[in-house]
Amino acid sequence: MIELTNIRKVFNMGRPNEFTAISGINLQIDSNRMTVFRGPSGSGKTTLLSLIGCMARPTSGRIYLMEKEITSLPERFLTEIRRKTFGFIFQQFNLIKGITVLENVMLPAYPTGEGYSSLKKRAMNLLNMFDISKKARDRVEWLSGGEAQRVTIARALVNNPSIVIADEPTAHLDTKLSRELMGIMRKLKEDGRTVLIASHDPVVYESDAVDRVIRVADGRIEDHGWYSIPLSLHSMSPLFSSLS
Amino acid sequence: MKTSIERQKNIIDFALSSLLRRKRKNAGLLVVYTLLVFALASVIFFSYAIKKEASIILQGSPEMIVQRTIAGRHDLIPVSYIDRIQKIRGVSSVKRRLWGYYYDPVVGANYTLIVPENFDAGVGNISIGEGVSRTRLVFEGDTMEFRTYDGKIIELTIKNILSSESEIISSDLLMISEADFRRLFGTPEDYAVDLTLSVRNPRELSTIAGKISEMMPDTRPILRDEILRTYDSVFNWRGGILVIILSGALLAFVIFAWDKASGLSLDERREIGILKAIGWETSDIIQMKFWEGIAISLTSFCSGIIFAYIHVFFTDAFLFEPVLKGWSVLYPHFKLVPFIDASQISTLFFLSVVPYTVATIIPSWRAATVDPDSVMR
Repeated sequence: MIELTNIRKVFNMGRPNEFTAISGINLQIDSNRMTVFRGPSGSGKTTLLSLIGCMARPTSGRIYLMEKEITSLPERFLTEIRRKTFGFIFQQFNLIKGITVLENVMLPAYPTGEGYSSLKKRAMNLLNMFDISKKARDRVEWLSGGEAQRVTIARALVNNPSIVIADEPTAHLDTKLSRELMGIMRKLKEDGRTVLIASHDPVVYESDAVDRVIRVADGRIEDHGWYSIPLSLHSMSPLFSSLS
Repeated sequence: MKTSIERQKNIIDFALSSLLRRKRKNAGLLVVYTLLVFALASVIFFSYAIKKEASIILQGSPEMIVQRTIAGRHDLIPVSYIDRIQKIRGVSSVKRRLWGYYYDPVVGANYTLIVPENFDAGVGNISIGEGVSRTRLVFEGDTMEFRTYDGKIIELTIKNILSSESEIISSDLLMISEADFRRLFGTPEDYAVDLTLSVRNPRELSTIAGKISEMMPDTRPILRDEILRTYDSVFNWRGGILVIILSGALLAFVIFAWDKASGLSLDERREIGILKAIGWETSDIIQMKFWEGIAISLTSFCSGIIFAYIHVFFTDAFLFEPVLKGWSVLYPHFKLVPFIDASQISTLFFLSVVPYTVATIIPSWRAATVDPDSVMR
């Protein structure tokens, strides 16, 4: 479970261009569910995912991951959590140009010290799973948007993370590919992973694979959403009981 | 242990592929870097090897030379001085020497003429260095004409060509009999060019030199060590001139390398952000940049050193020959014995590889310490 208490994130603090991206968010997210953060551009969805994914630190407040407080951990531990626990699917794909699809997928596991051949085998399995193994030796800049997105997903899964974070994953895809992507997301959830998506695409937040849609606006949570299947935790949480 | 080796292997693998992705930029850097190390290493190799060569040659030279000076200039010395010097306690032998320079207007070169102690070719014959033979196109059995001090022409027959092994000293050398030497230069019978002497106890050299100066104030004793020091300073000076010329190139390279290494492009910053976001630690990124820096600088350093070695010891340093070998027209075509001064190579290593690698790491470290959040936007 992920828990955020009184989270605030201010960018460029003390400067003329100071900007509050998140202001006082309290939130609990259950494991093995697909949660979507829905809201217009600039509402704070991406920042929220960054904070949950240990890519940025909140200005104030605390974040708990599996009941462990992670906000005050040194950078080294945050990196380790990022590597072991999270898989990221970025809006801009963020693949490294000039190297092959296979190398891109293997990249997050390089610092783990896993042998090259076993790592390659694992990466190839993932590419097979997403039906893109034929492109394994191609450079990423030669891929189409849909192919690049599947490579990004394969890369996100190479370290077998328990939480997958996807920021606007359908931004560069047409409706057909977006639906395909949601099918993949459903599979990830069915595999027992927690899936967090930031999106303002109806294909995403209206998908029946989604368990909960949280509406974000102006750095605040407008609507905490719902779980399609209520959990015992759901009713136990004072925050949930008051807002859902 | 195995995990850590595999981790390093993976990081090195990615670092090398990163270099290959920016082929043109890195190839350009590699070439400039190699050229610079090559030029500096050539100067270092050459000046050190030639100094070493000179010192080995001078090991066989007399312990002390006594010259006569008049008005501060070297002049002929009376042979009668031999007896006076011989009487000084500690002196074991004193010998006279006849040597000089002959300007050949045909090739515009100065030859060094010496009268060897035991010249068995006889009067009317000479032995010549390979440089003279090569330039004048004269060989054994040919004759060479010389104009004497009073304008007469004498013809001397070439008995043999001096071997190339000793070319560093014999290239422009002519060995001549005493009679022919005196005929050529008009040197009186009771005069020599200088005197050489040996002593029983080398530790007494300076004492004996002092006694000679006292007894014969118009003489100047020169010790072998002083000659060695002169050679050292001559080649240090020449090497220094070249290093000064090259320092312009060095400076340009430093600016270029610093700019390349410290100015991370937007793409490189983005890449670092991505690597951080997908789970690379700051130390992993620094290690990757370290290997990138090492790959460039070490490859350039080693290539530069190897090319310089070939240039100096296999092609006679043909690029720097005019500056390093001096004023002689008959450049000796000698093969230098490879002498490498480890301390100078280490200095070159620390002045090239280390700063470049550090310049590569620092900006990457700065970029890697920021939140990877930037790649989300």
